[in-house]
Amino acid sequence: MRRETWISFAFIVAGLLLVLVAWLGDEPFTITLATKVVILSLAGVGLNLALGHGGLVSLGHAAFFGLGGYAMGILASHAQNYEPLMIGSWAMEGTKSMPLIWLAAMLVAVLFALPIGVLSLRTSGVYFIMITLAFAQMIYYFAISWPAYGGEDGMSIYVRNSFPGLNTLDPIQFFVLCALILAICLILVDRLVKSRFGMALEAARQNPQRVTSLGIDTFRLQLTAFVISAAITGLAGALYADLNRFVSPSMLSWQVSGEIMIFVILGGVARFAGPLAGASVFIALEYFLGGLTEFWQFWLGLLLLVVILFARGGIIGVLAGERRHG
Amino acid sequence: MSLSLFLEQILNGLQFGIMLFVMAAGLTLVFGVMGLINLAHGSLYMIGAFACAAVAGATGSFWLGLAASLAAAAIAGVVVEIVVIRRLYARDHLDQVLATFALILIFSEATRYLFGSFPLYLDTPEILSGAVTFPGGFQYPAYRLAIIFIGFIVAAGLFWLISSTRLGIRIRAGESDREMITALGVDIGKLYTVVFALGAALAGFAGALVGAIQSVQIGMGEPVLILAFVVIVIGGIGSIPGALVASILVGLTDTLGRTLLPIVFGTFMDNSAASSTGSALASMLIYILMAAILVFRPTGLFGARG
Repeated sequence: MRRETWISFAFIVAGLLLVLVAWLGDEPFTITLATKVVILSLAGVGLNLALGHGGLVSLGHAAFFGLGGYAMGILASHAQNYEPLMIGSWAMEGTKSMPLIWLAAMLVAVLFALPIGVLSLRTSGVYFIMITLAFAQMIYYFAISWPAYGGEDGMSIYVRNSFPGLNTLDPIQFFVLCALILAICLILVDRLVKSRFGMALEAARQNPQRVTSLGIDTFRLQLTAFVISAAITGLAGALYADLNRFVSPSMLSWQVSGEIMIFVILGGVARFAGPLAGASVFIALEYFLGGLTEFWQFWLGLLLLVVILFARGGIIGVLAGERRHG
Repeated sequence: MSLSLFLEQILNGLQFGIMLFVMAAGLTLVFGVMGLINLAHGSLYMIGAFACAAVAGATGSFWLGLAASLAAAAIAGVVVEIVVIRRLYARDHLDQVLATFALILIFSEATRYLFGSFPLYLDTPEILSGAVTFPGGFQYPAYRLAIIFIGFIVAAGLFWLISSTRLGIRIRAGESDREMITALGVDIGKLYTVVFALGAALAGFAGALVGAIQSVQIGMGEPVLILAFVVIVIGGIGSIPGALVASILVGLTDTLGRTLLPIVFGTFMDNSAASSTGSALASMLIYILMAAILVFRPTGLFGARG
């Protein structure tokens, strides 16, 4: 086995042990914090596919994260108020069932990612970063000024949505559910990037001309990666809204896009467990430094700076010790 | 809508746009010459505003404060360039994003440590506190008018600097071929420091000028940073004329959109729906503008053709 595989494995086991200790010691707060890490890692896994493997640096993934959140919020609020959701003249019942909500969240993310991807892929480099940001900002401002679902204040869902056979309000059960989804997505993305599709995507990142000359349509390749990436981040958004039982436009803000991106870079771009390492280290630091000093962001910034200047390739990159190509 | 309101909105748009230009000019130079994405540019804007407010508060002179803002931001720029930024030129954009994000955290918290969490207030200088009356009776605040004027002077100065001075020639040469000018004996490291300090001073200057009409607070730089990025991307990265055109375009679009759209929608909708739809669309407008421009011209208005 490669060293990176061992390190990723050790990282996951350590995280699970920590949660097990918290569960035995009856510390629901730690479990909820771990759930937050898992969900944000999932958003990072989505972004990592586009950013790391596809070279598509999107600063607009908060759009998909927030849309997933709103898909959950809208469906659940209609269910909790017993009002049908009207789409034109077609009435649809709201739902409190997680699997249905997840499906809807991914579907909404895909429906938005398709046109955004088609238009954004006309550009590249920094222009791509900025055009994806532009689309996310449009959706953000739309959500702020759309009064039907809470506008700027957002909306609360009083009871967490349900999953057959589980009590999702129990922190440990919700954690296990989220962790399973993360595991499934990690494995699926890993299979994807090692498939013919993933190889071609990686090649298109390194040298698009050469890939085109081999007869592969790089546009379709990158669009597919972008859409799948958006769907995963949308799913994470639905889970995050369910964790907080609250959605608001702040889930769509550019700071969220930046935060997800920072998890990915900090953990190690295009690494299997990169987003997980990045999100857990960042949130753990935020939590521990926050307990030590009022000016914890200063120390967090200093630490991030040292990591980026002296430890290239992110946390996993440094530990695994091998450089990535390109 | 009356003519005077329309005129006022045009001037507000110009004022907003020209300040965006002063902010964006440094960002686009740093990007064009060094290939660096600097998220901490908004922090330099904040440093300028705080330096101005602190010095103006202590001495009672706005003009001393303005000088302090230039000095403080330039010094911060030089220090940051030498300690951190210089190590990032050879890195990819992702490393630059993360490192300069870390700088934002450091600068914001250091400022909070020094000045506390409450906003500072910066008064406009005495002689510019009134309003100017135009022929025809139309009135406009003197300070805002002065900002427009100063902004255009800065723009003219920059154009002159880039087109007619030795430093400008080196900057342009650095943009097009950095190996070649190193080979010709230009100390590229020093050039980079100077360009970075110049951009930083401009950002600090803009922060001080705008700080007097808004409030001086932590986090004031980040919304402007995003808009400055919008400007340099619309204009074409590295292009000063592009940044000028784009910033005026963004300033006017945003300001006029906010007043005109609710009125336009009011012609065929009832009032409350018109004002909410209009203002929703207005805040999306500059991003719609940017996306549309990038779809048709993927490297911005004045960008080099890939």
